Amino acid sequence: MGVEPGRVHFSWISSAESTKFVDVVKKVTEAVRAVGPNQKFVKKELKVA
Amino acid sequence: MIAYTDKIRDIARRLLKDCRVETVIGFRNGSMPMMNEPCFIKNVDDVDHLIWDGNCGINLANYLTNRTDKIAVVAKGCDSRNIVTHIIENKIKREQLVIIGVPCKGMLDKRRIKAMAPGEVTRVVEDGESVRVCGAGFEKTYPRKDMLQANCAVCIHRNPVIYDELVADPVPEQQNVDRYEDVRAIEAMSAEEKWTYFENLLAPCIRCYACRNACPLCYCPTCFVDESTPQWVGKSQNPVDVRTFHFLRAYHCAGRCTDCGSCERACPMGINMRVFTKKLEKEAFEQWGWEAGLSLDQRPPLDTYRPDDPQDFMK
Repeated sequence: MGVEPGRVHFSWISSAESTKFVDVVKKVTEAVRAVGPNQKFVKKELKVA
Repeated sequence: MIAYTDKIRDIARRLLKDCRVETVIGFRNGSMPMMNEPCFIKNVDDVDHLIWDGNCGINLANYLTNRTDKIAVVAKGCDSRNIVTHIIENKIKREQLVIIGVPCKGMLDKRRIKAMAPGEVTRVVEDGESVRVCGAGFEKTYPRKDMLQANCAVCIHRNPVIYDELVADPVPEQQNVDRYEDVRAIEAMSAEEKWTYFENLLAPCIRCYACRNACPLCYCPTCFVDESTPQWVGKSQNPVDVRTFHFLRAYHCAGRCTDCGSCERACPMGINMRVFTKKLEKEAFEQWGWEAGLSLDQRPPLDTYRPDDPQDFMK
């Protein structure tokens, strides 16, 4: 729908897999940081004359 | 088409007279050309209001939700698939229904006809394979197949999949149809291009929710856009809110949409929001080999688990 690839991630992590959780969070954070701040889905202020 | 009309009236008259049903849901002439409206016939004397032609594009399965009476309903291929979906989703019982199946040759695109006519259209007459468009001071004839709604032109289920009575012999199904040409074109775009494409596509939306109201799948007692506690989506004309509405609505139709085209037909702004539901229809077909509403015995892919469900997107 026009959202950059790299911003959305899916993973299946059991509550027992704490190390996997840490790894995934690190990877996701890196990937999203690389894409940069989300400019889409931000409501811009209306221009009032 | 006149033969269809006569047959529908005959069947409706018989069903009402024998008290097999309390109501017959079909179409009658609208107050404007090409705007046939759904009608509920409860009395044998009113049966002659029923008609059939190429302007019966609205999906009548929409009027069956949670009904408790015995109903006869006129159903094209796509309507019948939505009736199946309704039965699977427990919105109506099969025993309540007498389905009057109509083998469909496609519905006319009222916007294209209006755009091609040199003036205001006052009458549209179908004559076999051609369509005569009449207005003040002009009369034009076009081949019928060039005037079909976009969804009908790529339809591969014209005959009802479920019926009790059939008004005519089944029509040949269209072969070698490329259903997803438009979806593939969008898939090939970059993220940025997609964003702009959808921004332009949805720019005319006035959020009247006609698409939702015309859709037989949209039967939630309170739609997520109408909720206020919590408020899931803003109620403004802001492009972000408009986009959220259209995308979420499409997702709610995943694996259920039959591409009947009611949403696009009902839209007063002529927005082709079918690109969203079609993308999900394509996914359902490619991932699970699923086409909605073809059988009463199969559960839809999104409410069942299979060990071989695709999960390549999971990391």
